[in-house]
Amino acid sequence: MSVVRIRLTVFALIIINKAGGLIYNRTFHEGLNKVSTNDLLVLAGTFHGVHAITARLNPLKHLQGSGVGPGNRSSTSSTISTAVPGSTQPAPQHQQTHARPEPPSGLEVLETENFRMQCFATLTGTKFLLFTDTTQANVDLTMRRVYDMYADYVMKNPFYQLEMPVRCDMFDRKLGSYIREINNR
Amino acid sequence: MSHVGSGKAASSKEQTGLRYPSNGKTIYHRPLNRTKTAELSQAAFAYLFSEMVIYAQRRVAGIQELEKRLNLQGHPIGLKLLDLLLLREPPRSQTRPLTIIALLHFIKINVWTHLFGRQADRLEKSSNPDTPDEYMIVDNEPLVNAYISVPREMSQLNCAAFVAGIIEGVCDGAMFPARVTAHTVGGKEEGEMWPGKTVFLVKFQPEVLEREALLGKG
Repeated sequence: MSVVRIRLTVFALIIINKAGGLIYNRTFHEGLNKVSTNDLLVLAGTFHGVHAITARLNPLKHLQGSGVGPGNRSSTSSTISTAVPGSTQPAPQHQQTHARPEPPSGLEVLETENFRMQCFATLTGTKFLLFTDTTQANVDLTMRRVYDMYADYVMKNPFYQLEMPVRCDMFDRKLGSYIREINNR
Repeated sequence: MSHVGSGKAASSKEQTGLRYPSNGKTIYHRPLNRTKTAELSQAAFAYLFSEMVIYAQRRVAGIQELEKRLNLQGHPIGLKLLDLLLLREPPRSQTRPLTIIALLHFIKINVWTHLFGRQADRLEKSSNPDTPDEYMIVDNEPLVNAYISVPREMSQLNCAAFVAGIIEGVCDGAMFPARVTAHTVGGKEEGEMWPGKTVFLVKFQPEVLEREALLGKG
């Protein structure tokens, strides 16, 4: 029997701020190739650009550009056509506040034969990249938990400056024990 | 019930936004929940406290001054809390604490339960014979520090100085003038159970001990 034991592993976490700067990186697994800080910074910046491009790429024509969902497209276009050019258009504004369409999320998952990368972009533009084993299940849940911890131990810390590298002992500690728990399961 | 009914009718007529409920009753129209078991949002408190620390940090020169400011922010709360908690006691035990031990027990049990929903973890008297005026209240995980990681260059700082200020207020209000400071004792080694363990050092003024000695004789 040559059954390979399925390993469920989280390899690394990277957090990128909304300007494309690397603010946190951490590996959770030994035996990975070391990446220099400089390369990580380049990686973060590159990914930020690729993510922005993928958010704009959209094969569905009716979704293009305006970002208006298919549901309320007809009503919006009709109001625009009746409005006098140059005048303010309160009607579309009103529509927007009630049914704001989901913004395009851009790249979410990247899979290779060796790893799987999941990206989660918050509403404020911070991006969390989680590198896991290809067989890792429930990455969404893990991501959610990591985001929770970030919200708790980074954002509620009076000594953390926004958009700056994350140096919070408490975050490191909680994240470490949570990921260790997953990797040992 | 009539309220609920009318509210539903109005909402079905016209889609209102999230902020204004159709019956016109916003959160500000509701009375505060003032029962003994009322709970508050920890996240809201964490953000508020975080802003308090940032505010205190804005115009200070050093860590000691920052702790002093946090202490001052807590002091009036302690003064008022003493009155409030005594008032809420059943009438026959409504006297203020008269001895140091009674006072510290009051802080450990009543004040802590009111503020943090649990008792303080330990109460100790200084074992050093040179400092008989020092007592320690130990909290393994202060609620105010739940989300705070102090940067390495400010390692002496403990934001629980705010709680120390509250304790100081209670002591002062009960006519036991004291100086209270917060010290981090955990986090020295890896994998510790309570990395945020904090000791509140209560140092009473000499006249308090003098009075205590006289009372003990009589």
